[in-house]
Amino acid sequence: MSEKGMNLTLKIWRQKNATSKGKIETYKVADISEHMSFLEMMDVLNEQLINEGQEPIAFDHDCREGICGMCSLHINGEAHGPDRGVTTCQLHMRMFNDGDTIYIEPFRAKAFPVIKDLIIDRTAFDRIQHAGGFVSVNTSGNTQDANALPIPKADADKAFDAATCIGCGACVASCKNASAMLYVSAKVSQFSLLPQGKVEAKDRVLNMVEQMDKEGFGNCTNTGACEVECPKGISLENIARMNSEYLKASITKEA
Amino acid sequence: MSVLDSKIPEGPIKDKWTNHKNKINVVNPANKRLIDVIVVGTGLAGGAAAASLAEMGYAVKAFCFQDSPRRAHSIAAQGGINAAKNYQNDGDSVYRLFYDTVKGGDYRGREANVYRLAEVSANIIDQCVAQGVPFAREYGGLLDNRSFGGVLVSRTFYAKGQTGQQLLLGAYSAMNRQIGKGKIKMYNRHEMLDVVVVDGKARGIIARNLITGSIERHSAHAVVVASGGYGNVFFLSTNAMGSNATAAWKIHKKGAFFANPCYTQIHPTCIPRSGDYQSKLTLMSESLRNDGRIWVPKNMEDVEAIRSGKKKPIDLSEDERDYYLERRYPAFGNLVPRDVASRAAKERCDAGYGVNQTGEAVFLDFASAIQRYGKEAATVNHEPNATKERIIELGAEVIKNKYGNLFQMYEKIVDQNPYKTPMMIYPAVHYTMGGIWVDYNLMTTIPGCYAAGEANFSDHGANRLGASALMQGLADGYFVLPYTIGDYLADEIRTGPIPTDSPEFDAAEKDVRGIIDTLMNIKGTKSVDHFHKQLGKVMWDNVGMARNAQGLEEAQTKIRQIREEFWKDLRIPGEANELNTELEKAIRVADFLELGELFAKDALHRNESCGGHFREESVELDGEQKGEAKRDDDNFKYVAAWEWTGDPGESKLHKEDLEFKDIELKTRSYK
Ligand SMILES: Cc1cc2nc3c(=O)[nH]c(=O)nc-3n(C[C@H](O)[C@H](O)[C@H](O)COP(=O)(O)OP(=O)(O)OC[C@H]3O[C@@H](n4cnc5c(N)ncnc54)[C@H](O)[C@@H]3O)c2cc1C
Ligand code: SF4
Ligand code: FES
Repeated sequence: MSEKGMNLTLKIWRQKNATSKGKIETYKVADISEHMSFLEMMDVLNEQLINEGQEPIAFDHDCREGICGMCSLHINGEAHGPDRGVTTCQLHMRMFNDGDTIYIEPFRAKAFPVIKDLIIDRTAFDRIQHAGGFVSVNTSGNTQDANALPIPKADADKAFDAATCIGCGACVASCKNASAMLYVSAKVSQFSLLPQGKVEAKDRVLNMVEQMDKEGFGNCTNTGACEVECPKGISLENIARMNSEYLKASITKEA
Repeated sequence: MSVLDSKIPEGPIKDKWTNHKNKINVVNPANKRLIDVIVVGTGLAGGAAAASLAEMGYAVKAFCFQDSPRRAHSIAAQGGINAAKNYQNDGDSVYRLFYDTVKGGDYRGREANVYRLAEVSANIIDQCVAQGVPFAREYGGLLDNRSFGGVLVSRTFYAKGQTGQQLLLGAYSAMNRQIGKGKIKMYNRHEMLDVVVVDGKARGIIARNLITGSIERHSAHAVVVASGGYGNVFFLSTNAMGSNATAAWKIHKKGAFFANPCYTQIHPTCIPRSGDYQSKLTLMSESLRNDGRIWVPKNMEDVEAIRSGKKKPIDLSEDERDYYLERRYPAFGNLVPRDVASRAAKERCDAGYGVNQTGEAVFLDFASAIQRYGKEAATVNHEPNATKERIIELGAEVIKNKYGNLFQMYEKIVDQNPYKTPMMIYPAVHYTMGGIWVDYNLMTTIPGCYAAGEANFSDHGANRLGASALMQGLADGYFVLPYTIGDYLADEIRTGPIPTDSPEFDAAEKDVRGIIDTLMNIKGTKSVDHFHKQLGKVMWDNVGMARNAQGLEEAQTKIRQIREEFWKDLRIPGEANELNTELEKAIRVADFLELGELFAKDALHRNESCGGHFREESVELDGEQKGEAKRDDDNFKYVAAWEWTGDPGESKLHKEDLEFKDIELKTRSYK
């Protein structure tokens, strides 16, 4: 194992605020350890910038372990970078080589405007959830016993898999149409696979899809790019399930 | 008499909560609409509280500093949530959960609160299932359980290694329903920077819009602070990067007492640190101790051979390994509580047996479990002649189903395959049992200001059992606060909207602006992280897993020095009236630099060992417990609640004596 670190050239999107025009700036970092995470490399750069009296690069992050969905970089043209099944914060520098030039940009989509540098506004995702991403049950101490409602393990597992979406937006950023279908279908699927979600299934899918369209996300043309870049392995199966839920709901709604 | 009134209801412990609820004042539904409640924080505690209060009809305003309520730090919780359901028919009960929690907390929690927590625990699971939270299930379709440290029953509900995520998304969905109805107004990317107290009552907050930098006033009839724990005072911890103490510290400075700041949980199973650039530490869930066995080599030659790469851990035979937890604690083995497991790892590493380059790592080994599960699976599959490799393959599959995401996380960070070689782990700061003092109603010493979740000093005494933080957060948010807050708000129905143009709001806003201006104008030479790392090092070296009087005194002095330097030499580039991540961090670290000193002061004053607080001066000298932590009930059976007096070093101590009527005070033994 070579102990000598990597020297890298970074081409990073800088944009002062939502209304200003941004551009790519070039930075150099030296002696980057392969054991660092990508965001720790960014910390090194920021420390360097602050010491030089320059403004550090603003980027979103929080948990730094791949679960909060806050981090969101487009690295060398790929959402969350070159590794598979990970978020940007889980990406490690061992995926890069000494001398590399790395392009770092925000996720791009009409529905995700840039706020500053690499930080984007993903509140459109929340608004889609407000439209129907829930089961209408109030808090009370009198809900029926959890085991009164057995759920086949296979259904529960599938619902769980869909529910692991972290709302990062990589699917949108990777899609040439900037479609949010993978994200929306993950929530629709979770509930459509569970008996608790059945009662409101029709309204849920119709309302969530309607809100998705309002937010300016594009249409799905089945390119499958979203599934490839999704850090949580959310499957295209969910989109198929949502499409059939949507169809069922539209037909019965009209009838 | 103490100024602290814990308001514990009268009567036998098992009736207290029911009686209290029956007697509590309620607000009629038509009046609830006229009452505003601010909830700071949208983790399990805040999210659950905001949703439930809005469902009841209150007008709720919720705040979080992330871009969405779904990203609160609770999302990262891995292993599970406890509840006294006794689905496994292994003798669990409300009483047993109560008992385990009090004992696990080393008899430093409040009995009545803990009992209530155990009592409502079952409701939490019912509520979450009704919301569509996809917990792990058995083949028969019923809910599955696992066991966690410090207990002998299996009462932990889980969703793979993503339990916190699923529970938080449940609370988030409940919030979304109310946001959609306009009952919750959500303020994302907002940071609360002060509480406003009018005529002695909490009446609102001052918050900074993190996108525009504007300073906003928000009023309400009550303020709930559910802002999480303060583990990041150590710089490195398993907490999210943004987790901070500011909301809690600001209310402390306005009159809310801060209780037991020194009670910190150092979690035994985290990925060891790898270099100075390290920004955070990653937890490997305690649930792994169900199937993982912890060991270091018996012989020093093997330690050296492993460190230098001449030997691999799997080269060592069984009798060359020291399964030190199984050796020292035969009854609980690898499932001793966290504080015990952490100290035992430190003991081995201090003795020179650490297995990595830094000498700060022990093994967590799944080979036996893979074998055991593999054989079971071969039998079930009718493969009597399964080869060794086939058995390992089958066993690894079972392990993957249980902990797949954790193993993946480990491999991505360490670049080693934990199915094939044991994980390396070491203790790290994880959770803070201390926090804002609250009475039985979760009200702080500021009337109308409540604290919930990890932010309060809570129910875990001096040590929290695994899978109990999620339980407490949701208990506070769904089942306790929505009732107890009514008792206070019943007197507010005639108050009318709280104006924000009062002198108190003016003054609070002026203070906040003053702090921001001062920070921006230091124009020194060093970054926020520079000071935060210095603070973290002092905390870890002197106020970490083992503490002594000299080290604690030194820590207080050093923290004061760092604080002085911070206010002289900090550099924040950019402006205050825009998105400025350095300014955000600076405000938080300024508070950590005060909290750290109080933390050390509290640790110094508590001259006993209890739970996560280990004083080297206080150990058992002989008998079966020789070398174990020694509690001193005669002198320290109380909650230490500190009152702000203008300087953290001069804070005033108030004591809430703890009474144990339903559980006998005993030496905690896991032997
Ligand atoms: C890696 C990890 C794994 C864990 N696993 C488990 C487990 O398996 N089982 C278990 O029981 N416990 C576990 N815990 C502990 C548990 O997750 C936490 O104690 C619990 O989730 C805390 O919830 P909370 O609602 O109190 O606070 P948090 O979830 O921390 O939420 C804090 C909220 O407050 C907001 N906030 C903070 N300050 C401000 C401010 N000034 N202004 C506005 N908003 C603010 C934040 O935006 C956030 O919304 C784990 C903890 C960690 C670190
Ligand atoms: S579907 Fe995948 S890529 Fe899209 S938001 Fe969810 S986790 Fe991110
Ligand atoms: S920072 Fe949380 S997923 Fe990357």
